[in-house]
Amino acid sequence: MAQPPALREAQIALRRFGLGARPDEVHRLGTGARDALEASLKDSRAAALADIDLDASNIALANVQLAQQQRRALREATQEAMREAAGVPYPRTQGASPTAPPDKSGFARPNLMRGEVYQDEAAVRFDRFVTTDHGFLERLVLFWSNHFCVSAAKGNVRALAGAYEREVIRPHVLGSFTDMLLASAKHPAMLIYLDNQLSFGPNSAAGLNRKRGLNENLARELLELHTLGVNGGYTQDDVTNLARLITGWTVGGLGQGKRAGTFMYVVQRREPGTFALLGKRYDNMGVDAGERALRDLAAHPATARHVATKFAAHFIAETPPPTIVAKLEASFKATGGDLAALARTLITADEAWSLPAKKMLPPNDFLVAAVRGLPFRQRPRSAEIVRLSNQLGQPLWQVPSPKGWPEENDAWAGPSALRERLRIAEVVVGQMDRQADPRALADDILGGALTEKTRQAIARAETKEQGFQLLVMSPEFQRR
Amino acid sequence: MSCTEDALLSRRGLLRTGAASLALWSFMPRSAIAGTRDPRLLTIVLRGGLDGLSMVAPIGDPDYARLRQHIALAANGDRAGLALDGFFALNPNLPFLHGLYQKKEALIAHAIHTPYRGRSHFDGQDLLEAGTATGRADDGWLNRALAGLVHAGKVSPKGLAMDAVVPLVMRGKAEVLSWIPKVYNVPLRDSTIARLMDLYAETDPMLAKAFAQGMEIQRVADAGTAAAAQMPMPQGQQPTGQRFRDFTDAAAAAAKFLAAADGPRIGALSYNGWDTHANEGVIQGQLGNRLAGLDLALKTFQERMGAAWKDTVVVVITEFGRTARVNGTDGTDHGMATCALVLGGAVKGGRVLADWPGLKEAALYENRDLKPTSDLRGLLKGVLRDHLGIPDGALGRGVFPDSATAKAVDGLLAA
Repeated sequence: MAQPPALREAQIALRRFGLGARPDEVHRLGTGARDALEASLKDSRAAALADIDLDASNIALANVQLAQQQRRALREATQEAMREAAGVPYPRTQGASPTAPPDKSGFARPNLMRGEVYQDEAAVRFDRFVTTDHGFLERLVLFWSNHFCVSAAKGNVRALAGAYEREVIRPHVLGSFTDMLLASAKHPAMLIYLDNQLSFGPNSAAGLNRKRGLNENLARELLELHTLGVNGGYTQDDVTNLARLITGWTVGGLGQGKRAGTFMYVVQRREPGTFALLGKRYDNMGVDAGERALRDLAAHPATARHVATKFAAHFIAETPPPTIVAKLEASFKATGGDLAALARTLITADEAWSLPAKKMLPPNDFLVAAVRGLPFRQRPRSAEIVRLSNQLGQPLWQVPSPKGWPEENDAWAGPSALRERLRIAEVVVGQMDRQADPRALADDILGGALTEKTRQAIARAETKEQGFQLLVMSPEFQRR
Repeated sequence: MSCTEDALLSRRGLLRTGAASLALWSFMPRSAIAGTRDPRLLTIVLRGGLDGLSMVAPIGDPDYARLRQHIALAANGDRAGLALDGFFALNPNLPFLHGLYQKKEALIAHAIHTPYRGRSHFDGQDLLEAGTATGRADDGWLNRALAGLVHAGKVSPKGLAMDAVVPLVMRGKAEVLSWIPKVYNVPLRDSTIARLMDLYAETDPMLAKAFAQGMEIQRVADAGTAAAAQMPMPQGQQPTGQRFRDFTDAAAAAAKFLAAADGPRIGALSYNGWDTHANEGVIQGQLGNRLAGLDLALKTFQERMGAAWKDTVVVVITEFGRTARVNGTDGTDHGMATCALVLGGAVKGGRVLADWPGLKEAALYENRDLKPTSDLRGLLKGVLRDHLGIPDGALGRGVFPDSATAKAVDGLLAA
């Protein structure tokens, strides 16, 4: 049954550019879908998470480091006490007096602490995802969070990944690419994830003194993934020189007072000299040399091309039409990387509203769409969503590599992953409002996209529960 | 599904950490290979760039200790490696591999590399898995090798990837199925399965195929679990403890499928986390732990393969090696040549194959890395030809395009 074109547009707005429809949303948007999308790009602070009880990254990091420090001290004290008990002489540091091993119970356990922060951050984010009226903003957060990804699987990044998204991604999704790039490259989560906190100019005061040298990891990914792209025309020398230009970009330790857990420029690690990047020379006199290098990279034509291609592949199609890539690239260049303009270019392109919905929902987006769309008696707990997304192959903030999550349908439509989506449906249908009718719901949340075949399959289901399962597993629900 | 299966798979750290993935194909080899051999092949990809100079250390090279300084292995003392041939020593975290080497069931190739000369993980892995000379490809060499056999009617491509994402080395025309464990221990209803299959069949061929395969894999997995429950536990079982579950669970699952009488015969497994830029911990620490995990994984795999071990070849490969010099953060950065392993009951081992370029300044690649002197594709060709019976012609054209310079290495398998 053909739906009015307006409902089709509402459907596209809520799925291709959103996190899925809640039961009343398609009809509420009606003919105003495009306007509503555009309007959501006007308030640059709307993506922020306000009034939340979460620590800023510097506090979270310092808390964890303090717990780690205490634990180390405890371990050392215990070992010392054991040696003494065994009568083994032990080289004592001056002034230390024999003590009984401190009681373990008084100390926080750093691993548990990191896990708690991670789950708390996940819960706030999940709540936003399932309640927001501005799904497009959240999709932009997801896109940029993936473009500048960090991994919670790396040490203390676990306690920082959520704050990183709140502090680096959300404030800039409608702002400037350059600002987001700089915020990302200077955030403790990124500096730890890609090892720049361990990088020393080999000829810097600290490098010479401690015989330490460069770590190129962040510099390489800045070029290959964050800006120019792998075919962006840079060389190994560019990587090394960029690494030199960001020497000293590190994270303040516990002893650094107010700078603990924040970005800190340590001039003693600065590699002295003038270094060429893509043919331009930068005199490495301070933190601004690296900043200038990143600004220039953000403005490089290869960056516009790289970002436009990725943006289109994410929102439109695995292999997007060159026409829309060209529009996005032109917008990025003309506006100097204005990300609200980029988003506006995307939703005003004809291709965005005409191409068929082929992209499989990644696990997180599938779970969120199910929670948004289905009439749960009680909303599932965030921790359960975290677990399921992990099992389906997309553990929260734990990308397999700095390249982030794949865009290919193959990655998410694997045979047993699809089977397990059905198993999730099998379990959650027991939690539906008993008054709800899957036939009406299908019209409500898939209105405009629902095919006659799916409508019939749902209508002919043996039970209401089976009807809900078929709705959630239908191609219309699984793809966008 | 028995509770052992659920316990094994639902507690796996590997999906949680993304540390490992497994993919498998079934292979009907009796018609493909003369005689009574029933060959199994497991490819292990170590992602992140393995430091070959720390896994198989050239302690006999006078420049090695100079370049690696305090992270170097030595012939004896605190940092002693396990003796191989006098020139090379194995990292002390690999006692099981060392035992295989002594039993002549493990062969090491050193100063080896793909044709890739860049330093990007992603490009390096793409080339390693695509098997191309340059540039990207949408399919992998293992898949193309199998596709040839499928075409010849010799293979039933019923494969599994124990991860949501099939690794590139197995992607391609020959079908691969992914396998992840049940997310809840509840059965699916036949009626829902049938209705969903009908719906997909009419509206979405891709989902129709994937869904049908998903149900088929579950059947194979359930059968495999039932069979495994019947098998007596080999001696020295449960060697692993909790520490290396990421490694050993995937290896055990691979063995479960590959050892089964009618199970798949080709598998691929990846282990992440070899990118040791800082605080490498060659003996104790990051790399030491990962090597110990790999060693236990190989041991677990060998034990669980049982009698099928004699027909088994395992290759262990990585996208590139690491810088010859230790860097400023007690680690090593992306480099060139590294080492690769070929092991198994079918291997003619106990040897290190290396045209050693030396580590003098002038001998280093770009004054920085171990220079590649042999082409990894030649080693892989040798295995595919002599173990799976894939003809030279196919290997040189479709499987490894533009690889005329990388001649198949002869004599890798025991007669």
